[in-house]
Amino acid sequence: MRVEARILLLLGAFFGAMCVVYWFWGHEDAGSIMMLGGTLLGFLPGTYYYYWSRRMTPRPEDRSDATLEEGAGVIATFPGSSIFPFLLGMGAFLSVLSMVFGVWLAIPGVGLILWALLGATAESRRGGVH
Amino acid sequence: MDSTPQPPQGNANRARLSRRVRGLFALPLAALVLSGCSLPTFYGFKGVTTQSQSTYHLWQWFSLAAFIIGGFVLLLILYAVIRYRRKGDSIPKQVQYHIPLELLYTVIPIVIVFVLFAATVVVENKVTAEPKSSLTVNVNAFKWGWKFQYPQSNALVYGQTTQAPMFQIPVDTNVHFTLTSSDVVHGFYIREFDFSRYALPGITNTFNFTAVKTGTYFGQCSQLCGLYHTLMYFRVKVVSKSDFAAWVAQFNTKKGAARAEAGALATKQILSPGIPVIPATTTGQK
Amino acid sequence: MTDLLEPSSLSADSHGHSDADHNSASPHDGAHHEHHGATGILNWLTSTDHKVIGMSYTITSVAMLVIGGAFAMVIRAQLVAPNNHLVNFSQYNELFTMHGSVMIYLFAGPFAFGALANFIVPIQIGAPDMAFPRLNALSYWLYLTGSITMLLGFFTAGGAANFGWVAYAPLSDIINSPGAGADLWIGALLLTGFSAIFTGVNLTATIFYLRAPGMTLFRMPIFTWNLLVTGILILLAFPVLTAGLIMLFCDRHFQTHIYTQHLGGVPVLWQHIFWFWGHPEVYILALPFFGMVTEIIPVFSKKPVFGYKGMVFATLTIAALSLGVWAHHMFTTGVVLLPFFSIMSLLIAVPTGIKIFNWIGTMWRGQIWFSTAMLMSIGFVVTFLIGGLTGIYLASPPLDFFAHDTYFVVAHFHSVVMALVLGGMAGLYYWAPKMTGYLLNERIGKFQFWLLFIGTQLLTFPQYVLGLQGMPRRIAQYILDPGWQTLNIWSSVGGFMIGFSTLLFVVNLWVSWKKYPAGDNPWDAHTLEWYTTSPPPHHNFYRLPQIRSERPTWDANHPDSKALVHGHNEDGAGH
Repeated sequence: MRVEARILLLLGAFFGAMCVVYWFWGHEDAGSIMMLGGTLLGFLPGTYYYYWSRRMTPRPEDRSDATLEEGAGVIATFPGSSIFPFLLGMGAFLSVLSMVFGVWLAIPGVGLILWALLGATAESRRGGVH
Repeated sequence: MDSTPQPPQGNANRARLSRRVRGLFALPLAALVLSGCSLPTFYGFKGVTTQSQSTYHLWQWFSLAAFIIGGFVLLLILYAVIRYRRKGDSIPKQVQYHIPLELLYTVIPIVIVFVLFAATVVVENKVTAEPKSSLTVNVNAFKWGWKFQYPQSNALVYGQTTQAPMFQIPVDTNVHFTLTSSDVVHGFYIREFDFSRYALPGITNTFNFTAVKTGTYFGQCSQLCGLYHTLMYFRVKVVSKSDFAAWVAQFNTKKGAARAEAGALATKQILSPGIPVIPATTTGQK
Repeated sequence: MTDLLEPSSLSADSHGHSDADHNSASPHDGAHHEHHGATGILNWLTSTDHKVIGMSYTITSVAMLVIGGAFAMVIRAQLVAPNNHLVNFSQYNELFTMHGSVMIYLFAGPFAFGALANFIVPIQIGAPDMAFPRLNALSYWLYLTGSITMLLGFFTAGGAANFGWVAYAPLSDIINSPGAGADLWIGALLLTGFSAIFTGVNLTATIFYLRAPGMTLFRMPIFTWNLLVTGILILLAFPVLTAGLIMLFCDRHFQTHIYTQHLGGVPVLWQHIFWFWGHPEVYILALPFFGMVTEIIPVFSKKPVFGYKGMVFATLTIAALSLGVWAHHMFTTGVVLLPFFSIMSLLIAVPTGIKIFNWIGTMWRGQIWFSTAMLMSIGFVVTFLIGGLTGIYLASPPLDFFAHDTYFVVAHFHSVVMALVLGGMAGLYYWAPKMTGYLLNERIGKFQFWLLFIGTQLLTFPQYVLGLQGMPRRIAQYILDPGWQTLNIWSSVGGFMIGFSTLLFVVNLWVSWKKYPAGDNPWDAHTLEWYTTSPPPHHNFYRLPQIRSERPTWDANHPDSKALVHGHNEDGAGH
């Protein structure tokens, strides 16, 4: 966890330094703001990881001497299969096509997206598709 | 011109940096850069302006560096590939780090990069410098042609696609250019000047040339600008100072001015339906 | 070596019985079989297995390579004569726009971080799947539908998008590009953009959270390292493009004036936004291929990767610098800070150089086995070296002024991307046995390599010279022909060789179909994916070795040949 945090914070700090130099040297708005965005994107997760890395013991995957036994047990739940990503993708497809071929396509498109989002959420709560 | 002229950003800063960098590197580097004449061309072109000749010398030195570094690395690869091809099933020594060597090939490239950067800054300042000039050409790019206007006189050249409008500049004279676009982004590119610059809508770009060799040189739009981008030609004729004066003078007569106006009008009329004067077979408009 | 992890323990759910779940049956019987080997279309549509998705990505992106390549063949055929009428101007503009778009957006990116990465990264770190399997499936569906959307442009009345793959405003506005093809192009990039963002999230989360015990970050294979950095770069860059595209669409249809010339718009803003995505995108494309090659060269040299930590450091440096170099694409606009972008761009040569020296260092004193994958990798290094060196010229503003938008630039980035194609082919030859269980034909593979490698150099070298002689890019004819035809013909011959080599790959897939069984570890490779079966079971592992270095599989197979530092055994008393 600590190394992850450090990488993100260092990237964020570098982007920040670059942003400051660029702003005072170039006085160009668009690039400076985009670099500021990059800085924040480094610091946001970086700070989160740093916060937690200080409050937890290193995980087995952070320790070079960890044995496989320590990782035994549950890692996470992985849905074996789900139709909802496909439905969500088709909904997005129709919605994008509606930008070109007519707004009516957005009706089935958004419908599919809503169905898929609700379905996927319910699936997670149920714990499985079957 | 419908756009407010504004200097490109960063000009003042560039000048400031240039002074600082010049103090450090100028003398030895300038000597090096200028003595590049005896190097091979590396397919570059010396160019017919003072600016392009600076660029050309930079090109030569960069190429020399690239050929040496590239050749060295290629030889290393070739040597490794030939020398260490598989000869048996034994497992080679499992070397993974060699810190001094790794530091060496980190530090040396950094040094090379800063040398290249210093040379770049020196030449860049020369190429982008805009000393005061008594002759200005306002260049305007549009779909798919060019307009060259001389604000200090009545001279005006206007034309599109294969008409390849030809404007003139005097030799050995520092000429100031402004560059604008009426519609989309175009590229003002003259190969013999070793130079290109975008013609941007809403922004006025400026640069200077001092041509040193008379002749007629082709230019072409280099940035995709739509259907007839392929044919968006122009020409620049570098002439002696007296020839240039005569050429400008002919626009001052009533007849000359009228002819320029008529040419401009005709071009505009041809352009308005958006179909350039080229054989239909060439274009195959969809 | 211990056999600890039953697949079931990887997949079991923590909420007691509400879980048998996701795996559709009790985790303790043989129910996993139904997840691989099944061929029903419903299984394909509903699968969230990273291996199935990775295969789908691979097939789709290779199909896009073939389609984009076909466009390139027409372009090269058009340019063999100065005044050729094979296609007209309008068609030519569509062709190079779609060639660039298909290759960059639909082949190189998705192939790099969607196809092989999806399949290999979780296995390399000992994970049972990606962190968000359903999001991963969604990424694929968005990518597939995005690809279809872009190609649909050819079937609209106005033809496909024709403003170049960079879509510079205001050429891409509604007046200059009124067709539906342009809108489909924007829509396609929205879909594939979100697909990429989700993949970036997935890769980063997988690598941060699902590593096996003992697999510390600094024991991860370089391929996984590079995909981690790619994931971070995707998250930095792609949202900018997506936002920019939405603004472009609003400009076209909702009368906003963001990129317009009048009413306060700033056309050059599009270039800033586009390249702020576009240059990190170059590394998003390149880093996964660097990673593939860094896996392959050590394996076929029988050595650990030389300078592992330097390699990681170089990758992170590239990522750090990549956010500050975008405007080297805009030197000729005259409105950018030249020295800043020049030095940043030049500096990227340093970490890239470190990588090249590390690859050579890996081969040094090794036992190099010239399999197709290794040949392709060496071809990659050589071609990338050329592309990298010519990139240094373009980082220098005065040189960029005269090379910009000429064929010199075209040749430069084709050296780079063709190096990536070589690297990708190396990856395919290397990992195909793991993905399918069968090796590809080496004889055809080597023939393909020589065609591809020589074709690439033959394509680009005349283009470098053409650019220096003043031939601008994106022109359908060169009617004045100042002696450009011969060079163009050579370039086209190179292009056709590349096209033929791609066909050979398809032929090879067909010829080798289920012919040469691979076994678990045909290359005596180093990393975890070679420890499991080929193809891996559902949730990837029946057992794992103890992870004590960045080469767990090698350590398990060659316990006496651990990596050395300065001739000393790193492991000796270290732990």
